[in-house]
Amino acid sequence: MSWTLIALLLLPLVGSLVVAFLRGNDRLAKTVALAFSLAELVLAVLAWTAFDPGGDRLQLTSSADWIPAFGVHLSFGVDGIALVMIALIAFLVPVVIGGSWADKLPEGRSAGGFFALLLAMQTGMVGVFAATDVFVFYVFFEAVLVPMYFLIGRFGGPNRQYAAMKFFLYSLLGGLIMLASVIGLYVVSADKIGQGTFDWATLVTVTRDLPLSTQIWLFLGFFVAFAIKAPLVPLHTWLPDAGAEAPVGAGVLLVGILDKIGTFGFLRYCLPLFPAASKELAPLVLVLAVIGILYGSLLAVGQSDMKRFVAYTSIAHFGFIALGIFAFSSQAGAGAVLYMVNHGISTGMLFLVVGMVMARGGSRLIEDYGGMAKLTPVLGGLFFVAGLSSLALPGTNSFVSEFLVLIGSYPNEPVYTVLAAVGMVLAALYVLWLYQRVFQGPVRGTALLDAVGGPGAAVDPERASVPDLNKRELAVLAPLVALILVLGFYPKPVLDVITPSVGATLSEVGVADPVAQEGK
Amino acid sequence: MTTFLSQNVERLQAPEIDYGAVAPLLIVLGAACLSVLLEAFLPKAQRWAAQVVLVLLTLAAAGAGLVLYASADSTPDQGKLTFSGTLAVDRPVIFLWGTLLLLGLGAVLLIADRSVEPGGAFVADASILPGQGSQVHPGPGATAVQTRAQASRFGMQTEVFPLTLFALGGMMVFVAANDLLTMFIALEVLSLPLYLMCGLARRRRLLSQEAAVKYFLLGAFASAFFLYGVALLYGFAGSVKLSDIANATTATDRSDTLLYAGFGLLVVGLLFKASVGPFHAWTPDVYQGSPTPVTAFMAACTKVAAFGGILRVLYGAFERSSWEWNGVLWGVAVVSMVIGAVLGLTQTDVKRMIAYSSVAHAGFLLVGAISLNDQGLSGTMFYLMAYGFTTIAAFGIVSLVRNGDGEATHLSQWAGLAKRSPVVAGVFTFLLLALAGLPLTSGFVGKFVVFAAAVEADMVPLVLIALVASAVAAFFYLRVIVLMYFSEPAPDGPTVSVPGAFTTVAITLGAAVTLVLGVFPSFALDWAGAGAFIF
Repeated sequence: MSWTLIALLLLPLVGSLVVAFLRGNDRLAKTVALAFSLAELVLAVLAWTAFDPGGDRLQLTSSADWIPAFGVHLSFGVDGIALVMIALIAFLVPVVIGGSWADKLPEGRSAGGFFALLLAMQTGMVGVFAATDVFVFYVFFEAVLVPMYFLIGRFGGPNRQYAAMKFFLYSLLGGLIMLASVIGLYVVSADKIGQGTFDWATLVTVTRDLPLSTQIWLFLGFFVAFAIKAPLVPLHTWLPDAGAEAPVGAGVLLVGILDKIGTFGFLRYCLPLFPAASKELAPLVLVLAVIGILYGSLLAVGQSDMKRFVAYTSIAHFGFIALGIFAFSSQAGAGAVLYMVNHGISTGMLFLVVGMVMARGGSRLIEDYGGMAKLTPVLGGLFFVAGLSSLALPGTNSFVSEFLVLIGSYPNEPVYTVLAAVGMVLAALYVLWLYQRVFQGPVRGTALLDAVGGPGAAVDPERASVPDLNKRELAVLAPLVALILVLGFYPKPVLDVITPSVGATLSEVGVADPVAQEGK
Repeated sequence: MTTFLSQNVERLQAPEIDYGAVAPLLIVLGAACLSVLLEAFLPKAQRWAAQVVLVLLTLAAAGAGLVLYASADSTPDQGKLTFSGTLAVDRPVIFLWGTLLLLGLGAVLLIADRSVEPGGAFVADASILPGQGSQVHPGPGATAVQTRAQASRFGMQTEVFPLTLFALGGMMVFVAANDLLTMFIALEVLSLPLYLMCGLARRRRLLSQEAAVKYFLLGAFASAFFLYGVALLYGFAGSVKLSDIANATTATDRSDTLLYAGFGLLVVGLLFKASVGPFHAWTPDVYQGSPTPVTAFMAACTKVAAFGGILRVLYGAFERSSWEWNGVLWGVAVVSMVIGAVLGLTQTDVKRMIAYSSVAHAGFLLVGAISLNDQGLSGTMFYLMAYGFTTIAAFGIVSLVRNGDGEATHLSQWAGLAKRSPVVAGVFTFLLLALAGLPLTSGFVGKFVVFAAAVEADMVPLVLIALVASAVAAFFYLRVIVLMYFSEPAPDGPTVSVPGAFTTVAITLGAAVTLVLGVFPSFALDWAGAGAFIF
């Protein structure tokens, strides 16, 4: 019985309640929220050190009866994959709180409410990754929608009602389809072992012997829910809206963490529970993944709105992750999990710097900007770093993961891998072109010209009313830059945690190739 | 001839009555009679207090009687039959009676409140017309009201209390009735007071009267269907007892035509009461027109009673012929879910929206009821309890949002409510999420148990349709949340009345049960799954 995960779950919840009561005093509420998120980070570090990569599959476990009539237990535990995701959550939430510190909220909304919702969402997100009971997982899967819905709907951009509704309905529909499979698992386990159960470890032993047709039906229930979350291509349309309308902080968590629930679900539920179905349907997923990479990249090139741009790049990145997972090699699998972490860092940073650009220009449209690096060289430089990380330049974190996914997938799926590699070229195109339009050349675009006093005005960065990054913003971005570089050169600590779990997952599917060596 | 008669007279024996088992029933019906006497003999000024005390005591006493019976050592595990087998007080009935009494308590609290609408929500006389009496504005229109002077002169009209008790007693008999004739009488006992109660709204008289007439006419038709079905089934089985009908369905020498026709007509009557689509046409109008506390009572308690009856009839009489009718009820369940979810999308009135939501929920409940396994029985009953409490609290909230004309039920008037009264909006949001079936609410656990039972019964396609319907229905619940939280309040929007103690208790009860059943459903699930029907 380990209390670490329970503490990780409860701390943000308590924080959320406390912050909700401090709504009257914005400054105090923010400080308390930050304090709670930092305490959570400390807890996550403790959890990381307590985790033994060579040990049991699930560690830090705890369990208590919840609904005995249905064999539901409040069970928590993490494998390496869940652990790195929880660590990523704990890392991103304080960054997001710092990044949203001075956000201009819609009229009549209090910062306390915003931060209370962020912390509430943190509990939900940790719960999704920590649950080892399928029922509990489902509960958190749905519960996490509610704070996100309010974050988008109350604090988002001009079209926020539509975006919030779309986000919620898509996810809810996916969740309900998954519910059918969850119920199916329960009934199947009741048939096989007498007493129905939701315990993940038990279910794995039950479901892998199911006939293929049953597996496929149950797999599809989970898959649709996760493909909506991830999002894979035909089910992705909610993300650009939600990502664009969400306030920047919530957007970071949306693409950084919430969407990973989908890819995490593939690894934790689809593959081990339904190995035969996973193999049978892998071509379908791979096709969707490659379409996602190419389609997401092309649409990212064509975006005129920076936040939608980030959302579309994410769709492309999720294609890579899905490719890595369904290529069934441990190298690609480990690469995919590392990609999940790296994408959280680099896209999170991209979202934040876009937010900082918007905070200065007041517009989301690319055409409203130009030559901004002359006014804000530091912001320009950090924007560039985030972009390079996003396009997977060697030396940045994403390169390691993208490379692992591609070389791991090639032996099994050469065609899809080659097609996916085209996405890397497109990534360079969309990132560099965006950077060029916003930051390079002469100062132009209505958003900036208003600030510097019309076209042709002498640009003096010292006197311009577009300020460069302040200390708070630098402090928010610094840890992200540090991680981008550290994980770019030395990803071993993370890979060490991931690799055994990925190996175990794949051995459940019946793939046993030599465990991937640590990243290059 | 005379000898025949005298023989019969000789053989007629008084049935054995287990007073302990039927004590809750006797208490409720006895108190209903007493309540009529109070109404007749007490001076006007004292009636309200006396009636409220009487009703609350009655519910408490009936509840105590139920607990005593359920926990007594002398009670057989499965419960027992009494009144020579016409009433069964078995474990499901104990659960349903308990649920009815608790939901009745919530509804009575709403009914008894006099502070939200000064003088109570009820008109002096169901036949009173808009503009009649000493109206200041004697103009036409459904929003005409009694004047304040009138209201204070009469105090609260208290006929509604005996009516409520009679209806509640009828519902309790209905779920326990072990033969179809008893069931029919119970149906009438529960329906007639309800018809009257619908017409009592003090505001919007025309809507209220229209609701009453509509409910009465359609209800009378449904009763006729029911009775005709009973007659045909008597022709089929030679008895109206559920167990005899069940035995008859296994025999091969009986007329299938009578069975099908009888079953069909009977079920139409039952589905009508349960507001299952396509027999739901009355629901939106009646829910909208009735005084909101009465709507709450109808939505929660009538649903429990009707589905209690449906469960008993299906399990008791027709389980063995299920393959004959299963397809039809599949279809009905699908139609109900789809009608409820899709038409709910187009509603602009909160009460009508909840009415369509109740039609959709009736479809979900029917999915559980036709599973015909133990989980189906306990799951459906759990769902009934969960849904009942959520609905009562939801209508309690609806009664609080008011403007000058009474309740502001048009959705557009709810815009920005969260800004004016965050607590009310928060509670209502929680209740809507429960109706949508999100986890950590009773609505989710209810859906889960019902759908699990259906999957167990190999009804996977039906479950998938049900899940899609839930997703569609979620849209209109969310729309209200969007309005309350994300929209700016209208300048002349409604205010939220400060609820009186009674309404507060009722809403708190409903919301608390919704939460508790969502987080710790075990005890209620165990209670619902304690045993099967006996016949």
